[in-house]
Amino acid sequence: MSIDFQHTQSAHCENGVTSNLLNFYGIKLSEAMIFGIGSGLFFSHMPFLKVNAIPVTSFRPLPGVIFKRAARRLGFKVKRKKFRNPQKAMDELDLLLEKDIPVGMLVGVFHLTYFPAPYRFHFNAHNLVVYAKEKDRYIISDPIMETPESLSYQELQRVRYAKGTFAPKGHMYWAHEIPENPDLKSAIVIGIKKTAKDMLHIPVPMFGAKGIRFLAKQVRKYPKKLGKRKAGQYLGQIVRAQEEIGTGGAGFRFMYAAFLQEAAEILQQDWLNDIAREMTETGDVWRSFAVETARIVKGRSKLEDAYNQAADILMDIADREEKIFRKLEKINL
Amino acid sequence: MKKDEVPQDDANLLEGKLREPCYALDENGKYTTVKSVGWDPKNVIIQDAWKAVNEKIEYTKEQVEEGVLSPIAYYMEKQLMDVSILAAYTGFFRWTVKRHLKMKHFMKLNDQKLAKYADVFDIDLPTLKNKELL
Repeated sequence: MSIDFQHTQSAHCENGVTSNLLNFYGIKLSEAMIFGIGSGLFFSHMPFLKVNAIPVTSFRPLPGVIFKRAARRLGFKVKRKKFRNPQKAMDELDLLLEKDIPVGMLVGVFHLTYFPAPYRFHFNAHNLVVYAKEKDRYIISDPIMETPESLSYQELQRVRYAKGTFAPKGHMYWAHEIPENPDLKSAIVIGIKKTAKDMLHIPVPMFGAKGIRFLAKQVRKYPKKLGKRKAGQYLGQIVRAQEEIGTGGAGFRFMYAAFLQEAAEILQQDWLNDIAREMTETGDVWRSFAVETARIVKGRSKLEDAYNQAADILMDIADREEKIFRKLEKINL
Repeated sequence: MKKDEVPQDDANLLEGKLREPCYALDENGKYTTVKSVGWDPKNVIIQDAWKAVNEKIEYTKEQVEEGVLSPIAYYMEKQLMDVSILAAYTGFFRWTVKRHLKMKHFMKLNDQKLAKYADVFDIDLPTLKNKELL
């Protein structure tokens, strides 16, 4: 038994799963489109929230949010289920697969056997689709991988019951109501407005363009406050989040520019192409921030100057992104 | 970034298992994706992060050999876990796990408890009991 599920690799898992699932039901939208409609672009830096004793910087909203927003704005309904009992979680999955329904799920990557080892850590909000069971192996469309993979019963159960932050608890979801003609135009406009609002108007200094400035200020203090080794790790963590598998480069900025180009065409609003160009430039500046950081980590630059220089780059980015979203927030149909 | 500028700096961090799609501009200024095997600055930073992890594993190993910390502490670091993740996997309380990280408490653990740890770490019970550090 097999269904005609088309696996397409994407940069980011959540967009990829959404795009692949919708595609199965006949709605063809690119990854960038899902990302834009789901308001996937964001920035936050929370010094008190730490992973492995290093503050978390993020270029995206919390896991699951992009999917949820995209579903709401395009009008498709999703059923979700979590299970306390791992065996039940697997039984229910089998039942859905028997009905030829592709099932999305959250898993931890640490025990994901087909993943490259340097990327396997305890991150529990990875998305993939299981779409068939053949000879006791589950066929998996993991958007990060170039081709479909497979896992045994034990392997799949293990990643579905990974422990730690965001423990998935067997969480799975599948499409349940698919709209005939989703209202793409208004979904795009709503998506852009929400992103602009989050990047400009959250009244806490840790988010959006303000958050980038806040981070810049912190970065200036790093070498004195933390010492050479720790400061390098703090700075490195920012770049890891920015260039991590799944961002498509430059902390999703290029992906967002790709979305704006598509939006320009669909909405017949040419000015969005200009904004896409500005967004691309901003992405390039983010890349230069990564280059500067790598130089610091390698120990090739004078410490205090280098951190100030990195902070200056961040300030420049904050100004650019603020300008972009001031224009984007005025978008209308 | 333009299509022909997408870096292809392989440091074997992806182990040949995949290439990552990067968004870049084609000749006409339109976005497309290009698969990349890596980028130097990113490789440097990821390798640095792993260096920090490995240093911590080595340090813990020394502490175990000196009889301060237990093999559980070593395997916890090796599996990139912290006390709360290990507690969640074993079902023990966090403070219980913290005790088990010390050699003197480890010596008093019964097989049933040790087996739980061995299972989570994917090693044999005798390996853990004999304080072998793989």
